[in-house]
Amino acid sequence: MDTQQPLVQATGIVKRFGPTVALADGNLTVHAGETHALVGRNGAGKSTLVGVITGLLKPDAGEVRFSGEQAPALGDRAAWRERVACVYQYPSVVKELTVAENLFLDRQPRGRFGLISPSRQRKQAAELLDAWSVPVSPDLPAAELTVEQRQLVEIASALSLGARFVILDEPTAQLEGRAITRLFDKLRTLQDAGVTFLFISHHLSEIYEICQRVTVFRDARHIVTDTVANMDRDKLVAAMIGEARGLVQVGADRPAVPDTAEPVLELAGVTVPGHVTEVDLTVRRGEIVGVAGSAASGKRQLAEALAGLRGRTGAVSVAGRKVRPGTVRAALDGGIGYLPGDRNIDGFVGGLSVAENATMTIAKKLGPAGMVLPGKRDAAARTMIADLDIHTSGPDQPVGELSGGNAQKVVMARTLASDPEVIVLVQPTAGVDVRSKESLLGAVDEKTREQRGALLISDELDDLRVCDRVVVMVGGRIVAEHTRGWDENMLVAEIEGISEHSV
Amino acid sequence: MVEQSDSGKPAKSGRPSNRLRLAKLRDLALIPPIIVVLIIGYSINPDVFLTKSYLVDNVLKYQAVLALLVLAEALVLIVGKMDLSLESTVGFAPAIAVFFVVGSTDFLGTPWPAWTVLPVTLFFGALVGLFNAFMIVKFKLSAFMVTLAMLILLRGLQLAIVGGATMSNLAKKIPVIDDLGSTRIIGMPVSIWIVILSFGVGIVVLGYTRAGRSIYAVGGNAAAARAAGIRVERVIFITLAIASVLAAFAGLMLAGQLGAVSATMGDGMIFKVFAAAVIGGIMLDGGKGSLFGALTGVLLLGLLESVLVLAQVDPLQIQAVYGLVILVALIIARVTSGKAQD
Repeated sequence: MDTQQPLVQATGIVKRFGPTVALADGNLTVHAGETHALVGRNGAGKSTLVGVITGLLKPDAGEVRFSGEQAPALGDRAAWRERVACVYQYPSVVKELTVAENLFLDRQPRGRFGLISPSRQRKQAAELLDAWSVPVSPDLPAAELTVEQRQLVEIASALSLGARFVILDEPTAQLEGRAITRLFDKLRTLQDAGVTFLFISHHLSEIYEICQRVTVFRDARHIVTDTVANMDRDKLVAAMIGEARGLVQVGADRPAVPDTAEPVLELAGVTVPGHVTEVDLTVRRGEIVGVAGSAASGKRQLAEALAGLRGRTGAVSVAGRKVRPGTVRAALDGGIGYLPGDRNIDGFVGGLSVAENATMTIAKKLGPAGMVLPGKRDAAARTMIADLDIHTSGPDQPVGELSGGNAQKVVMARTLASDPEVIVLVQPTAGVDVRSKESLLGAVDEKTREQRGALLISDELDDLRVCDRVVVMVGGRIVAEHTRGWDENMLVAEIEGISEHSV
Repeated sequence: MVEQSDSGKPAKSGRPSNRLRLAKLRDLALIPPIIVVLIIGYSINPDVFLTKSYLVDNVLKYQAVLALLVLAEALVLIVGKMDLSLESTVGFAPAIAVFFVVGSTDFLGTPWPAWTVLPVTLFFGALVGLFNAFMIVKFKLSAFMVTLAMLILLRGLQLAIVGGATMSNLAKKIPVIDDLGSTRIIGMPVSIWIVILSFGVGIVVLGYTRAGRSIYAVGGNAAAARAAGIRVERVIFITLAIASVLAAFAGLMLAGQLGAVSATMGDGMIFKVFAAAVIGGIMLDGGKGSLFGALTGVLLLGLLESVLVLAQVDPLQIQAVYGLVILVALIIARVTSGKAQD
């Protein structure tokens, strides 16, 4: 190994955006044939490094080498694409075109008279998909691909261009348990075939599962690179957060909720047409109830119905008072605070400031007669910034400039701002780093210690561990319920609907 | 192998006070170009250009109608939509109101009293805005296409009402048109005061009220605004209605200046409206821009226009020169504000 040049070597990369230093000292060495993990908190400089080694960003200093050779010129996209490819979290396929058309975008096979030959294109696409055993029809419109299929098509496309180095940016973020297993099997097969991966993830367990070496970034710098065998979980977390103290298991010390505690949220026969059927559920004061389930379980739709974003039938009461269905305002006024599942879609307004986003639900409390006094607003926002440990230059900074974890904290601030009786959260820690996860879940824990209740909808076992009780939804119904201390494998089996316990 | 580097602070921090200053600076981005144009105007004709009577009665007075329209369009653009039909509302709303009063048919029995002109104008303005909003919000049609069709439809209706001729000498018959055209308060035409007042109210409402901030939230990310409890559809309805009412009123001001309602009133104004709004920093994709910026956009375009006249540009070429000037102004605004435009 030592005599061989590393496949990718980035040294001393510096990148500034205006006054912001996105990368102060970026180093990365990836050897051919390995699967290399890149970890770090949101804003640690991972995305910037990916931008530099894929040739999309020009570094202010430092250099990138592929197998010992100087990286191609920035404008030579074709040369870059032969060396490296990145599968992003968000689709980079053209939805209106078929899989075959996407695979041969701008390099379509020609037929007679030099015109594009659809039949030849279709045939070559089928061969290509077959060669990398991607079980997708070349005629399928890209819009109909599942996340899993889309990732495989993008990988196949990269490999067909000659790249044998593929960057995967949080590939498991939107996948369910079984799809993740299938993806990892595929990655191992490709690795055996000589493909090298750079794997970016916030899920540390996945890193131990499929990576051989790991590089940690923190505060825009390279911190450490080592084999995963030499980096146990505590060491890895310490390198990521830069403190000796490890992570706290949030909620481990929550007091048991007495059976006599008064109910704060009651669902009776709640039905969301097409998604949820006759759900009865009670959350008591001081209790966090987790809702687990697959993407098709209707758990997300249940949350959206509670928030007033979807129509529903059946009764929902907060602290004994009925909540009118179908409007967000009624849900808010009724005492339900809602944290949306995808902050980039309906979580925040990127162009508006931290203060405006955080106070969006309580604008009427910020001045008389419909006025919003900036002084009052910023004061409220400063309290929230301190409470949730939001890293921002101040209440005036647009949320669009914040890293994922901090943007999510702003959304959490907005949810908590109205001082709700019940907090409904969907995937509150999606795409945030370990430390932000801790403060987000910590906020839920703290807010629900006494009076409030929370309903936490999530795929993440780490989230569900905070809950006092977890219910499992399958096919729009609640099929199981567990108190704290549930068995991980049993819960996963129930979520996937392969347990004999399920009704 | 394990190398630990000791780094201190998070990289992204430390420019709190600059940001506010920057935001304010962006609003003032057009002040230097405005000063330059004033200097050019002065050097072309020092005796006339910087006199109060020239600036007020030859420049500002004729920009008052445009300014109100830019205010209206700015509101619509900030809420994330667009309204091309504003320029025909300018003609249509006053035309139909005036027609009821002075029209020579017995289509609605006796002519309506003259005082009805103002409320009827505003009523039809609101009607147009609400209809547009209905098509855009409820029918989910493209704002561009709906308001383009509306622009053509209203222009046609106006032509049918006015009958290709001009309803003139209105000042004698309709007091409100006379007032808007000739009243002066503290030496300035009332239309200029109306513009100042409207922008003043607009800046306060947009900056410091729930309603105003909801307009930015809806334009910036409607889904997030909805999840935060803002009634997104209602905000769009009201904004479009207010914009149309402003356009109708602007039409009445124009009728006041002309003393007449012509068949082509407002024709072609929408291009200048968009140019002024965009030069003034209003983004076409919604959620961004300020009314003060929009106002400076109007001022800059208005001054440029009068400088072109002063410089005695050939009337046959002035249109081309004006287009060129708008392009240059866009480039200047892009460079000084540092923001990409869409």
